[in-house]
Amino acid sequence: MSVPKRLLICGATSAIASAAARCSAAAHDLLFLVGRNPEKLRAIADDLRVRGAAQVETLVMDMNDIARHAMLIDECQRRLGGIDAVLIAHGTLPDQAACQVSFEATRAELETNFMSVVSLLTHAANYCERQGKGAIAVISSVAGDRGRQSNYVYGTAKGAVSIFLQGLRNRLHRRGVRVITIKPGFVDTPMTADFPKNALWADPASVGRGVYRALAGGREVVYLPWFWRPIMLLIRAIPERVFKRLSL
Amino acid sequence: MSANSTRSRYQSWGRYPPAKHQVRFLRWRHEPLSHIGASSVLPFGNGRSYGDSCLNDGGLLLDMRGLDRMISFDKERGVLCCEAGVLLGEILELAVPAGWFLPVSPGTKFVTVGGAIANDVHGKNHHRAGSFGCHVRQFELLRSDGSRRICSRSENPEWFGATIGGLGLTGVILWAEIQLQRVAAATMDIETIRFADLGGFFRLTEESDASFAYTVAWVDCASRGNSLGRGIFTRGNHAHHDPAPAHATRSALGVPVELPRALVTDTAVRVFNAWYYRRPLQRIRRVPYDSFLYPLDRIRNWNRIYGRRGFFQYQCVVGPSDGRDAVAELLSHIAAAGGGSFLAVLKVFGAIPSQGVLSFPRPGITLALDFPNRGSGTMRLLDRLDEIVRSSGGAVYPAKDARMSADSFRHYFPRWRSFCEYLDPAFSSSFWRRVAS
Repeated sequence: MSVPKRLLICGATSAIASAAARCSAAAHDLLFLVGRNPEKLRAIADDLRVRGAAQVETLVMDMNDIARHAMLIDECQRRLGGIDAVLIAHGTLPDQAACQVSFEATRAELETNFMSVVSLLTHAANYCERQGKGAIAVISSVAGDRGRQSNYVYGTAKGAVSIFLQGLRNRLHRRGVRVITIKPGFVDTPMTADFPKNALWADPASVGRGVYRALAGGREVVYLPWFWRPIMLLIRAIPERVFKRLSL
Repeated sequence: MSANSTRSRYQSWGRYPPAKHQVRFLRWRHEPLSHIGASSVLPFGNGRSYGDSCLNDGGLLLDMRGLDRMISFDKERGVLCCEAGVLLGEILELAVPAGWFLPVSPGTKFVTVGGAIANDVHGKNHHRAGSFGCHVRQFELLRSDGSRRICSRSENPEWFGATIGGLGLTGVILWAEIQLQRVAAATMDIETIRFADLGGFFRLTEESDASFAYTVAWVDCASRGNSLGRGIFTRGNHAHHDPAPAHATRSALGVPVELPRALVTDTAVRVFNAWYYRRPLQRIRRVPYDSFLYPLDRIRNWNRIYGRRGFFQYQCVVGPSDGRDAVAELLSHIAAAGGGSFLAVLKVFGAIPSQGVLSFPRPGITLALDFPNRGSGTMRLLDRLDEIVRSSGGAVYPAKDARMSADSFRHYFPRWRSFCEYLDPAFSSSFWRRVAS
């Protein structure tokens, strides 16, 4: 399995994405970074150039701007001369309590964390299918493996993404395209700055390395760090009549 | 973005004194300092200061490690610009393959660039290169009033001088541009020579400083009488040529947990030092730069060997005129009191002036060593050492201090009052409250 050389990253200013991009830069890859904030994009692009990226291009875009997704793929293809891999890493962590009292808040979270991903995947999948190669990875979450009272809106979006990717993997497998579901556990990022931390928390750099390794080959459903696979196996195995009484 | 944290990351390397903080994160250099509330704030890099200069008990710490991005690297001129939370080790990973090296290396590469500037750190090449601040071309300083200043020798020079060695109290250093030094190889040629007493150390220094870029000595702080100040002198240069580039050494060992009691007992120190002094030396070696410049980095969390109560590091500079006598007096006191540790280090500083108003390095002889925290006995010994340092016109290094008196500080750093004009009113530290208020 060859390592991707021309990589499109959506949500490039996220902690996990920028850590993965550093691995890519060290391998002298070509990068196309998409994010909302021009100053953050510039800071990350400069960093990746110094760290060895052969080329870094940026595009300022809100991932909820679904109408521009087709243009995004075209633009990346044009500026890098092709696309070998796509990493979709944007996302928000919903305020569960706010979502419980407001369907509009829930809808906005599902738009960002699920619908915009589906739109991007549709374009990316068709692009890769046409060229008969490529790797597509999405940052899903262990939260999508089972609904829990404390964050089931987030879990719903991520679970839906994971199922969408399952189907896409099944469809594109015979076309030589790898579809990778990344399921990080707790990661110490700005998104989770307010949480008390314990030994289960991983730093974004190690999760980013795992993402880059997954793009290069190996399993297509990846838990990061690895120990979340057995943990989630256990959590999924708890009978619902027991699970509903737990306060997880 | 906040975190109420007493995680072990937010303590000093000596693990003394204990402190409680609120922690905020600065992650983007263009963002304003919106973090500040009613309590004072202090930037926190990687927590390698030994005492309380990196602590702000009861206040806010601004965790700077999120500012870890490179900005530019001119491989022709060796000028590297990066954010303040970048570790020196991360610079080496980029610079060494391109034929460049840090101009000045402290004893660990796990310090941030911001920390290296705020403490104006020095290394084994002080006699050649001066301190870290001598190689800083410019940096950006963000103040709590929202103002931003580019500081260099020509632009805002007074802020440049106050911030170098300014202990993080003049505002937040956001990024810095550093002049690196050219090297031909990732290895170093090292010589080790045993010396029988302090006189031997000074003879070796005089003989070596002209032809070796790096010189330092380990001294047996338990030896007394005729063998007072005996030890092992190490001198080295970057290799001129090396066909096989050395692999960076990974940290192989670690102290996995905090030990309930210190491993460092007086007997252990005496036995270890006697063995270390007599061990067979291979006089000339070619070694990877890590093993010469950062030997302790190979043992992760080595500070845990001192147990739950932590330890003090004492580093002073004495002289230059009566420095030899003062060093002898310091070593005699330490040997008589016991309580010293394995790693005592002696070096003669050079004449290159430090750039900071509060910089520690100055011409003279510097002695650094660890003391396990044994409460008031240790405090009394260190106070006695302070008297010797004061009478010789020397200074104690704030980056390593957790106990010097306000009076001593003002003797050591007579320009502290003019430094106060540049203090950021929202910034403070445990150290600063102790020595200046």
